[in-house]
Amino acid sequence: MEEIQKNIYKIEQVELFPVIMEKKNDMWRLVQICCSFVEGNYEVTYSFATGYEISNYRLIVGKEESVPSISRVYKSAILYENEMRELFGLNVEFIKVDYHDKLYRINEETPFLKKEDR
Amino acid sequence: MPKRSIVPFGPQHPVLPEPIHLDLVLEDELVIEAIPSIGYVHRGLESLVAKKDFNEMVYVTERICGICSFMHGMGYCSAVEQIMNVQIPRRAEFLRTIWAEMSRIHSHLLWLGLLADAFGFEALFMQSWRLREKILDMFEIATGGRVIFSVNKIGGVLKDMPAEMLSNFVAVLDGMEKELRETTQTFLDDYTVKSRLVGVGILTEEDAIRRGAVGPMMRASGIEVDMRKTGYAAYDEIDFQVITSKECDSFARCKVRIAELFQSIEIIRQAVSKIPDTEISVPVKGFPNGEAYVRLEQPRGEAFYYVRANGSKFVDRMRVRTPTFANIPALMQVLQGCQFGDVPLLILTIDPCISCTER
Repeated sequence: MEEIQKNIYKIEQVELFPVIMEKKNDMWRLVQICCSFVEGNYEVTYSFATGYEISNYRLIVGKEESVPSISRVYKSAILYENEMRELFGLNVEFIKVDYHDKLYRINEETPFLKKEDR
Repeated sequence: MPKRSIVPFGPQHPVLPEPIHLDLVLEDELVIEAIPSIGYVHRGLESLVAKKDFNEMVYVTERICGICSFMHGMGYCSAVEQIMNVQIPRRAEFLRTIWAEMSRIHSHLLWLGLLADAFGFEALFMQSWRLREKILDMFEIATGGRVIFSVNKIGGVLKDMPAEMLSNFVAVLDGMEKELRETTQTFLDDYTVKSRLVGVGILTEEDAIRRGAVGPMMRASGIEVDMRKTGYAAYDEIDFQVITSKECDSFARCKVRIAELFQSIEIIRQAVSKIPDTEISVPVKGFPNGEAYVRLEQPRGEAFYYVRANGSKFVDRMRVRTPTFANIPALMQVLQGCQFGDVPLLILTIDPCISCTER
């Protein structure tokens, strides 16, 4: 785990669930999950907070790769995960409540990805 | 064996000014599960970063919500200022604090009115909204707008409030405080209000954390977290206590918001007495390059702003996690085990803003 900016840590996919479980057991709340598409890869940032303290964990995911859902650990992840799949096309596997790209009822596929990146 | 059925709720319903749909799984009159469905009016404002330059995005973010529009602009500006290492003048920070607290009063009064309307207490609804008009009038005097003010800019604010105007506002708030005590006392003491709210919609402290609740929803479950305590804008010079309640029910959420009304008036008084006489903005040159996130306390709870910029006039990514978006999972928890007849009121107790959610 490498700190790339204050309170933003870069993690590998194998480290995701150990981090998530640690946060859950220590009663950290899930603040948000943010997806960005940067230089051909997805950047998925999970933010957790306890009191006023915040930690962000960033996962780099290849365009054709997938990321496991954390919604069975943090139920509040459902909306974030459905959102990033529908808006960015990030393949999130095994979401507890799967809206099948109809969370926002948008006709256009992956509208938040630039046309050249689709 | 109770009969199980699924009842659709919304997107159009008398208590919902904006569309959200719930699939309610019932066993007789008891709600077993609620599955939310949004997206009826999703606008994709975040994606406008590709078309509007980083200065124009201030006005886009203000349009995320018609109630806390000022704070959305403030959140975005703060994130870009952080990326560009811009220190805005102290007076601008105080002005932002005053407008933010006026927005909180406006939002909480709007909510109290809607709550009263939901349980058919029309006189209370009208009293709450009558008081709210005074805040809107003050916004109009200070900024020219009642809903969208457009006073934020990267580097400070665009309009000042002279000392005479500020003292007039404090005088209005002094008078309003007395009227507020009478009106809010009805919410706190009236038998019919209590019968609908006390012991209904319990969200325990643990559930509030597990479901990622924010704002008054979280504080009414006994969690002492208020982003203003992190000291952004001028809050580092303001003396105030975080308002919490241990009851964890709908009445506690009502009590917390009412107490925050009086707290906001006190914060404005303190801010007016301490506001320094400096410039209101600094010139900002160049384009942002880097990333930053900002958390601030909106009336409905913590908002999270993330901005990533690439050194051009268009930022790469702007992400807003609004308070209602965070409170929807907590609402699903609250609805589990409630009576079908309490569903409309329970939805209201999170103070839902679908406009924010469908940013």
